[in-house]
Amino acid sequence: MLELKNIFTFYGNIPALRDVSLTVNEGEIVSLIGANGAGKSTTLMTICGGIKPRSGEILYNGKQIHTLAPNEIVKLGISQVPEGRLIFPDLTVQENLDLGAFLRNDKVQIKEDMEYIFNLFPILAQRYKQAGGTLSGGEQQMLAISRALMGRPKLLLLDEPSLGLAPIIIQQIFQIIQRINSNGTTVFLVEQNANQALKIADRAYVMENCKIVMEDKAENLLKDDSVRKAYLGM
Amino acid sequence: MDWQYFLEILFSGLTRGSIYALIALGYTMVYGIIELINFAHGEIYMLGAFTAFIVAGILGTMGFSASAILIIAAFVAIVWCVAYGYTMEKIAYKPLRGQSRLAPLISAIGMSIFLQNYVQLAQTAEFLRFPVRMPRIEFLNIFGGILRSSDFVILVTSAIIMVCLSLFIRYTKLGKAMRATAQNRKMAMLLGIDADKIISLTFIVGSGLAALGGTLIATHTMQVGFGIGFIAGMKAFTAAVLGGIGSIPGAMLGGLVLGLAESFTTGYFAGDYEDVLAFVLLVLILIFRPVGILGKAKVQKV
Repeated sequence: MLELKNIFTFYGNIPALRDVSLTVNEGEIVSLIGANGAGKSTTLMTICGGIKPRSGEILYNGKQIHTLAPNEIVKLGISQVPEGRLIFPDLTVQENLDLGAFLRNDKVQIKEDMEYIFNLFPILAQRYKQAGGTLSGGEQQMLAISRALMGRPKLLLLDEPSLGLAPIIIQQIFQIIQRINSNGTTVFLVEQNANQALKIADRAYVMENCKIVMEDKAENLLKDDSVRKAYLGM
Repeated sequence: MDWQYFLEILFSGLTRGSIYALIALGYTMVYGIIELINFAHGEIYMLGAFTAFIVAGILGTMGFSASAILIIAAFVAIVWCVAYGYTMEKIAYKPLRGQSRLAPLISAIGMSIFLQNYVQLAQTAEFLRFPVRMPRIEFLNIFGGILRSSDFVILVTSAIIMVCLSLFIRYTKLGKAMRATAQNRKMAMLLGIDADKIISLTFIVGSGLAALGGTLIATHTMQVGFGIGFIAGMKAFTAAVLGGIGSIPGAMLGGLVLGLAESFTTGYFAGDYEDVLAFVLLVLILIFRPVGILGKAKVQKV
């Protein structure tokens, strides 16, 4: 479904991605784990068109997308839940969700999707008139995921959904991610919380110093000694 | 106390304030989206007044009624200035996006100087008399001349426009997209909102409002000159800062407060100090409440 081929991305003259290649197949949950500054978020931003790669290509269903503008990439069905959630703080929960469906014009289905989301996260239904900035961290993460879902993505990119959340909320969020995946959305998950990310993933990549250093089935990586030492604290 | 005099001052303040508010909206909306003080915005207002002047002059020789002339003149001024505002952004600001914040600011000042001199050379350096009077509105006679018909038209028109704008910003898809872009451009982009289009839209709306303000003021003061944009622009900028730059209700409120303050100072103290008052107010607000009346201090959570 998504394929990155030999991607090089730079910030000015500083390399941020060096020869990154990876694949996400339809229906999978694929995780990308690695330390702070390894290049995980840059990978997602490059996929979304926020940063243009200097070389390499990105294919989505066989079509080149790295030359497209960000809004055109969203139109193809790729939504991102960015790091730090980036809720619009002065907009209500409802308005945040409305904007998730910015590119859609099918009013009836938008309403259905809104119901689906309120069903997934009942707390958002209670808070729909509240300003986004007044929500707790966990609620904001739920809202950020919901906002992305309002775009009816075929591929959902998640950047550190566990960041700054209490363990019990993290559990909930990861359960929801699995549920979203089983409802037919392909998920590409970037995480520092390697343990959780590997548990729910089918396959995973490990990133270090702007490069992919390992790739395997998630269950194998969970057992791998070097991964256990470096990322699982064992 | 002389109530008649008081009411005259009050209405004249509201009229003046409405015009400030119309222009201030352009400053505040642009600032909200791209954090630029568009110093050339006052010039758009001046161009609006000039365009209305020219159209009114031409139509006047063709025997149209005064109200028809004014409506057509306002319409043409709005369309013309929207084109100017749109082009200005593309030429002077868009190429500088992503540069230091000082660059577009200097570009804005350059644009302002250019437009003033361009009108001075292409038109005239003299003040011109606006050719058409606002027709008398009969029912205002019962108020005993407290409210001139031009005051009345300005108040009603700006009230309607401001209500429409507020509804647009609050309830339409584009309005929401504008607010989203103002709050976080990167996130708006990730949702498929084209920031370039939203920025253009902001300039279009702001320029249209300024053009309307220019037309209205021309029918009120009955004169037009190439330099009127500078002082009006500075006053409207003061109004925007007073209300809280970036805040749309703030610009409306700031405009009215400034208009009233000026009008009451002129009416009860001395007319010579009206400009001084506006800028003293600007200095005070910048010292004691830089975020303005309705502005919110940005809290940076770490």
